[in-house]
Amino acid sequence: MTGFIIRRLLQMVPMLVAIALLIFVLFSVIPGSFATGQQDEGLGLDMAVVTRMRLELGLDDPLHVRFGKYVAQLATLDLGISFRSRQPVADMIGARMWPSLILTAAAMGFAIVIGVPLGFVAALRPGSLVDLGLMIVAVSGLSLPKFWLGILLMYLFALTLGWFPSFGYGDGGLYHLTLPAIALGVSPMALLARTTRAAVLDIMNADFVRTARSKGMNEYRVVVWHVLRNALVLVLTTIGLQFGSLLGQGVVVEKLFAWPGIGSLLVDSVFQRDIPAVQGCILVISLFFLVINTSVDIAYKLIDPRIRYT
Amino acid sequence: MKRLTLLSTIAVATAGLFVALTPPAEAQTPRKGGVVRITAPYASSFGNLDPHMSGRSQDGQVHMTIHRTLYIWDSAKGEPALELATAATASGGGTVWTFKLRQDAFFHNGRKMTADDVVWSFNRLMESGKGFVGARWVRLIKGAVEKEKGEAQEISGIKKVDDFTVEISFTQKVEPGFLFYNMTTSILPKEEVEKPTWAIAPVGLGPFKFKEHISGSRLVTERFDKFYKPGLPYLDRVEFPIMAEASARDIAFRNKEVDTSILGPVQYVAYNNDANLKKNILEVAEVFTRAMVMNIGVKPFDDKRVRQAINHAINTKIIVERLARNKAYVATSWLPITVPGYDKDMSPYAYDPAKAKGLLAEAGLPNGFEFEWTTSQNESWGLPIVEAVIPMLAQVGIKVKTKVVEVAVLTDLALKGEFQAYIGSSQTGPDPLQTLRCFHSATPRTSCNVSGYKNADFDKLLDEAGTTDDPAKKLDLLKKANAHLYDAAPVWFFNYNKAAMAYQPWVHGLLGNPTELVHQYPEYIWVDATSPAK
Repeated sequence: MTGFIIRRLLQMVPMLVAIALLIFVLFSVIPGSFATGQQDEGLGLDMAVVTRMRLELGLDDPLHVRFGKYVAQLATLDLGISFRSRQPVADMIGARMWPSLILTAAAMGFAIVIGVPLGFVAALRPGSLVDLGLMIVAVSGLSLPKFWLGILLMYLFALTLGWFPSFGYGDGGLYHLTLPAIALGVSPMALLARTTRAAVLDIMNADFVRTARSKGMNEYRVVVWHVLRNALVLVLTTIGLQFGSLLGQGVVVEKLFAWPGIGSLLVDSVFQRDIPAVQGCILVISLFFLVINTSVDIAYKLIDPRIRYT
Repeated sequence: MKRLTLLSTIAVATAGLFVALTPPAEAQTPRKGGVVRITAPYASSFGNLDPHMSGRSQDGQVHMTIHRTLYIWDSAKGEPALELATAATASGGGTVWTFKLRQDAFFHNGRKMTADDVVWSFNRLMESGKGFVGARWVRLIKGAVEKEKGEAQEISGIKKVDDFTVEISFTQKVEPGFLFYNMTTSILPKEEVEKPTWAIAPVGLGPFKFKEHISGSRLVTERFDKFYKPGLPYLDRVEFPIMAEASARDIAFRNKEVDTSILGPVQYVAYNNDANLKKNILEVAEVFTRAMVMNIGVKPFDDKRVRQAINHAINTKIIVERLARNKAYVATSWLPITVPGYDKDMSPYAYDPAKAKGLLAEAGLPNGFEFEWTTSQNESWGLPIVEAVIPMLAQVGIKVKTKVVEVAVLTDLALKGEFQAYIGSSQTGPDPLQTLRCFHSATPRTSCNVSGYKNADFDKLLDEAGTTDDPAKKLDLLKKANAHLYDAAPVWFFNYNKAAMAYQPWVHGLLGNPTELVHQYPEYIWVDATSPAK
């Protein structure tokens, strides 16, 4: 097990290097630059300022020089200085990480608590009205645009009922977190419900379940000991993939609810061509994705001892 | 000797418009205390809290709260007004200005502002190897360019006469108010700027001091008790919730969670159709002109008749009505309504496809032509407008290929001249002379002459306007130059932006700032007892 964890962690290094290289190349060739984007609404550029800015930020250095500096910085875990704020990118991302993590965790918590039982109940009564109803809910959840859903939640729970604020971070507590977490969590909730249903249905028809029943095991033990534990492997995979990607997907919800996460930082940085901030955000989101997926691989072993790592 | 006489004179020309556009005078007595929540609507975060570093509109909201400049913009009079300076006296034919400074202005760290701070701040802006955006306003000072190039240690044109007097020599005759009201020329405390915390916790001379910034969510400032204007500010706190999404802003405003909300075209109509919301909308003709810029260096746009034909072929009025939902004024020429030199008697180009066809035929293009129109996705001056215009141009035989790019790319292409025509929004004030210089032959494309327009007659009008000491003559020359542009039509004159901001009924003291409506001097804002914010 320890060897497996070390191997998986080492595998992340070349992946991160490849991602870093890809981001660097991509943002070196796309048009538009930070220096020329600093003049709002066409006042006209002061070219002397632009020249000084390009010099200060190293934008006129040859590509290989910039890449060399970038790699050297990364080697010392330095994400560079933001063009926009002139602050260390690591500090900027650090300030956004906690809000992003709690939003992602809350959204996944909502998705798991609602989605897994929904899928389970639907699978226990396949073809029934309950199954049909729950799956309509799940499919609707998958197809609802986050932006639209967010507005709907604001309208209903903030403007009409007055239960929650319509936006903002507050002190980061549940009062402000609830609506953005639901808006972000509905889509993975729906996916989890469908995945759980499919996994449970598949296992319910497996030979070992039939054997257990034929041996006279009561239904509760069949479901909990045999069906649930086996279904969890597939459910856990979905949870891992969704959890990893939610950090980056949060941008729409973050912007809508003025939630200070890493997604909105990334989008603002892309629009203003703040390359160090863009590179830093993508690297951190990628790292988060890789860590979560590695954690899921490790969790497989705990759920199903039959799984062997080579 | 002269003291802001020209400014005063030209302001008269537009004062009536400001009176019409600014909110009615407050009858109630301002109340001390309370909180105002002014939304930051243009991006999901503030970019840079250092006013020398960023000229972006959203950052300017915070800069105006925490910092101060030698002048401020007086929205009621439509001219710059002295702020950190108490007197400005010109000599040397308007090239040398002596500023008497306030002796009661304190930084938030408790230190009194002196002439040294002005000298240091302007020198910082021209620091060699640093790209401070405010440098453009200081470059006209003698010796600034040498400092910028690293050829001098200090700007030779700024002299400290005594602790509260500064003399500034310029390379040409200037109206310094138009330069130094810009927040990017804020006077800063050296000892604070040199601290590592400067970028995250700024210290200034403004009415409110920095309290808290949760990047991407909100910024909070609190009252500075040693602010130099007696009895001001009224409020305890000014909060800036960041809300870039218009629909979310709308719900938050209706839910009374924020006190102001900038309105887009759709909301502008909705709020005006609501009897309650309609009562509290602040409107102002901002100094932005939206236009399709034609590249004069590209055929057939080198022919004035072709450019005029395009202006006649487009039904601008109907686009402003239907797409901009009347949240704009049909443009006549380049200078907008609230800028001296705007001629209210001038009519916009008439929608006349027959005349457009005739002009094209005269230009040797009876069957029209095809061009590439570069645009962003912007709803007010981007693709939706282009798509509405395409069928109108097709009616006169002009075919359009659209090229859709991001705004950052649009700027790059415009500056490089790599376009046939593009649609954009340009700041066209408050200084009419500087605005019109964007079409002067000596102005490079990279500065703002993006169309590449060159005309000796136009240059002569502007050069004379820049040197005359007679305010009336200057205004007349500016009007003539603006009329020249109308005839030359280097752009399709689309509209002047009408900014609209909804505010809660308990908010008072907002000003219709035509340079940017979200830019408010918060010391004048107050809230009455019905405000729910604590």
